[in-house]
Amino acid sequence: MSIILDKVNYIYSENTAYEIQALKNINLKIEDGEFIGLIGHTGSGKSTLIQHLNGLMHATYGGIYYNGQDIYDEDYNRKELRSKVGLVFQYPEHQLFETTIFADVAFGPRNQGLSKKEAELKAFTALRSVGLKENDWYRSPFELSGGQKRRAAIAGVLAMEPEVLVLDEPTAGLDPKGRDEILDQVAKLHMERNMTIILVSHSMEDVAKYVERLIVMNQGSILFDGTPREVFAHYQELEAVGLAAPQVTYLMHELRKRGIPVEGVATTLEEAKIAILQAFEKK
Amino acid sequence: MLRDITIGQYYPANSVIHRLDPRVKLMGVLSFVVSLFVFRGLAGFVSVTLALVLIIHLSKVPFDYMVRGLKPIVVILIITVIFNLFLTPGEPLVEFWKLRITWEGLEHAILMTIRLIYLILGSSVLTLTTTPNQLTDGMEQALKPLNKIHVPVHEISMMMSIALRFIPILIEETDKIMKAQLARGADFESGNLIKKAKSMVPLLVPLFVSAFRRANDLALAMEARCYRGGDGRTKMKPLKYCRRDMVAYVIIGAYFMAVVLLRMFLYFGR
Repeated sequence: MSIILDKVNYIYSENTAYEIQALKNINLKIEDGEFIGLIGHTGSGKSTLIQHLNGLMHATYGGIYYNGQDIYDEDYNRKELRSKVGLVFQYPEHQLFETTIFADVAFGPRNQGLSKKEAELKAFTALRSVGLKENDWYRSPFELSGGQKRRAAIAGVLAMEPEVLVLDEPTAGLDPKGRDEILDQVAKLHMERNMTIILVSHSMEDVAKYVERLIVMNQGSILFDGTPREVFAHYQELEAVGLAAPQVTYLMHELRKRGIPVEGVATTLEEAKIAILQAFEKK
Repeated sequence: MLRDITIGQYYPANSVIHRLDPRVKLMGVLSFVVSLFVFRGLAGFVSVTLALVLIIHLSKVPFDYMVRGLKPIVVILIITVIFNLFLTPGEPLVEFWKLRITWEGLEHAILMTIRLIYLILGSSVLTLTTTPNQLTDGMEQALKPLNKIHVPVHEISMMMSIALRFIPILIEETDKIMKAQLARGADFESGNLIKKAKSMVPLLVPLFVSAFRRANDLALAMEARCYRGGDGRTKMKPLKYCRRDMVAYVIIGAYFMAVVLLRMFLYFGR
């Protein structure tokens, strides 16, 4: 069970003055149950890449294989693929349309051909798992706060019970509390259901805290691919492409520069705490 | 999906046509359109075609890019051809069952097709080589005399520029909404007419909501910057004629006279 991208290229508006190559020779293997962070500067091709994963965009050149099957095969059921690889877009306003949250979340399972009852059951479970309060379920999506809309949008995709969940900046524009809550819910899905998660983010702190594997994109290519610790060790290269390491990583470098022998590349507060305490104990 | 729509889109290039004053281009398109309905006979056709080919060549916009703009009018073209072919009275050319094609009908059909295609191509040169801002500035300047009879020229041109500016934004938004719904298994293509219309609801509701929100935000932003209509408003880049604009006016005038004279002398009394 995996997603394999083989030399994927995507070119916008080919052969016109607006031609842009958004993806250049992307080779990638995503295993089952991974929690992947995808970071990159605005316009680095992250959004284009994730839209290839569920077949919404068709690669100009190259192939994509889901569980060993070529998704560009003529008889491949791409509609089914979309319910297996659930993609939550950045703006929940783009998908909420029903009169109530509950009906909106049931839209996905209804499209899968389930009966009303089954779809409602799925919606019920999905709304529970994103932590939306029950008295909000029957309100109009347009009355909700930004964080609640996000949850509703995520529930709308979860209700289809995908095997892979792709989230495009699920925390943009949220306050710290809302951000932590949503990411904690996502991490819970990963742990409890062993769901493959791909998290597109701008926040280095977020990805360092949650993900197991980090992919850095720059100008349509993959720049780094490894654990957050490996990737953030290249913090100078990251800065050169308009990104940065988490702030604690800088703190650790600064401490070492000033003669405190802290070890390793800390990427989260917890790791930094342990490393600093160890350094003091040694003294 | 929807990115192929080219109507009203600007095509950036560095050409003489791009640099011309928008008023000149407006005048040019106007005289070209009039000339399309004035010309008669082979000589007229050749001069109109030459003018169009020359302008398209000068504009440096790829020809196949322009032709793509013709796609939406194919249906209209076919209908006009059919009506003209079968419903024009005159000397019969072919006759079968109750249908009759006449020489006059054939002539009309060909002429109308040429006129429509040239009309679209000619006017798309204007929109492809002029930014929406320039276009509305030119429009506003050209229509200024109407201010005297209390036509709200500034307001009309402002509305037009906003509308033009929002076409690509709304297309992009539609694209995004479509994708978000497709990701939830929505189906916009299959089914009968009623099912298709129903499947548009998940697309139209978010689109309308966002269009209203955008309109609201824009109005607020304009008010926050003290926009209060056209009175006493100055321009950051006022339109100024330079020599090439004058030369262009002379060429346009000469072309227009040529087509009119050709018709008057060659086909006088017909």
